[in-house]
Amino acid sequence: MTATGVVRHRPLRRTSRWLWAYYWLLLALLFLPIGLLALFAVNANTTLSFPLRGLTLDWFGRVLSTPALLRSAGNSLAVAAGSSIVATLLGTGVAILFVRFRFPGRWLLLGLSVLPLIVPFVVLAGALLVLFRAFDVDRSLLTVGIAHVMIGLPFVVLIMLARLVGFEPQVEEAAMDLGATYPTALRLVVLPAIAPAMVAAGLTAFTVSFDEFALALFLVGREPTFPVYLFGQLRFTTTLPVMIAMAVVLMAATLGLLLFAERVRRIR
Amino acid sequence: MAASEAVARKPPRGRRPSDGVVGARRGTFWALLLPVVAFLAVFLVLPLVMMAALSTRADLRGPLLEPWAPTLKHYVSLAETPSYLRLLLTSAGIAVLVAALTTLLAYPLAYFLALRAGSRAALLLILLLVPFWTSYLLRVMAWKLMLGEEGVINSILMGTGLVDQPLSALLYNRFSVTVTLVYVWIPFAALPIMAALQRVDPAVLDAASDLYASPRQQFRHVTLPLSMPGVIGAFFLVFIPTVGEYVTPLMVGGTSGTMYGNVIQDFFTKAANWPFGSMLSVVMLVATIAVAILALRAVDIRRFVEP
Repeated sequence: MTATGVVRHRPLRRTSRWLWAYYWLLLALLFLPIGLLALFAVNANTTLSFPLRGLTLDWFGRVLSTPALLRSAGNSLAVAAGSSIVATLLGTGVAILFVRFRFPGRWLLLGLSVLPLIVPFVVLAGALLVLFRAFDVDRSLLTVGIAHVMIGLPFVVLIMLARLVGFEPQVEEAAMDLGATYPTALRLVVLPAIAPAMVAAGLTAFTVSFDEFALALFLVGREPTFPVYLFGQLRFTTTLPVMIAMAVVLMAATLGLLLFAERVRRIR
Repeated sequence: MAASEAVARKPPRGRRPSDGVVGARRGTFWALLLPVVAFLAVFLVLPLVMMAALSTRADLRGPLLEPWAPTLKHYVSLAETPSYLRLLLTSAGIAVLVAALTTLLAYPLAYFLALRAGSRAALLLILLLVPFWTSYLLRVMAWKLMLGEEGVINSILMGTGLVDQPLSALLYNRFSVTVTLVYVWIPFAALPIMAALQRVDPAVLDAASDLYASPRQQFRHVTLPLSMPGVIGAFFLVFIPTVGEYVTPLMVGGTSGTMYGNVIQDFFTKAANWPFGSMLSVVMLVATIAVAILALRAVDIRRFVEP
């Protein structure tokens, strides 16, 4: 390395150190409010005052003895599972149509599929409310699920497009030269190649749905999803620790799910 | 949409696919297309059209599907009541502030992860995204605990003797809404900037240093301009959902931190004046789509590569 190279290297290292410090400072600030919440889950008291008077795992036990809470989590699980599967199927279809077929309205289809990213949730919620009311559809977990398919769709389409853009059609054509019909070529050649991306897209749609509140508040019927139930309970300081304990459990489960998905992806 | 057009593809290299292949592709085409078109038509286009139609209805009396004499009275009253449009502008202002602060704070983060963190970058990025896996409502709730009168910040201020009385100005206003939203969006905003920085060709930086550009000049004249698409992407990624936000102001905004989305929510829930709420929604939707189109134009990479 030349002398000038050495000279220009020093300020670079110094900025690196500043950036490193900045990263950890910001990370600490991002974790501070969450860490504070986590303290509630193990704090023996319902209010937080330092020093903590005692540590307890009772709140986690209270989670199990609060049926309404468990029920709402189950509802969220069902809505997220159903809506993410539908969104993944529809979205993968849109991505395949967009990269493999030329047809009028191709761009319109893509535009409409990602439009829910741009439409403010409060507007989408109001519009769906109008639709369901006009056709006398009662609000329920199904109406929430439909809304969640809609907001999961853009994520699936974008993830699957990114995967398919680099995937040459020659591979399917080769399969068809060897006698496969087009659906068979899709199933045996394309599907295995894009399956990991579909899992990633599905998990994204799942997490988006599971935590979604703005649409659910408008569209939920008598059975609440977890965020809607949580919102109703946030007024009461006495149940806050139980809610947070539940959130900790859910976060651990999400983390486990993502690690599992990563494993699956690697094995493939 | 003619089926023959539908399956017309780019001219194939080599030979044309046989008729049987085209037939098979046609079946697949419709099988993929029909469900998603039906879904989008019924649950996205139809509701938005119905909402736009409802905004021309005088009131909510009678079945929704019954025809009515269209009126523009809600639009007229919007024009005559400046407070709604002022609130829309305020919400846009909050969104600009939140998006600008978030992008600014996220840039060094993205720069560090993309160009300086080396092999640990992936792990450090995951660490940054962990807060995302906590319930959104609880993350907002956490800021109530931070900023409230008995909150962390006031405890620290009181404990160090900086103030005698707890500050009540920290919570339930535009300030707390802004702080909370910036907090929520920072990790997300870092992603597009990172992607743009990772695409910067190191050879271009080498060329700059060969021409005696100092590290600072390299950053200002090479790295920063090349990362602008990511910066603009991050800005709008935060701006667009923030304009229509109603949950965060509902929780930490109080009365003075109310945003336009809260008014829409009120007209659909408490006030049950859906036609007026629809009119407010249409106005916001049109404004948001206009901004989104501007954003898509702005991210056009060529504009930043060419002088």
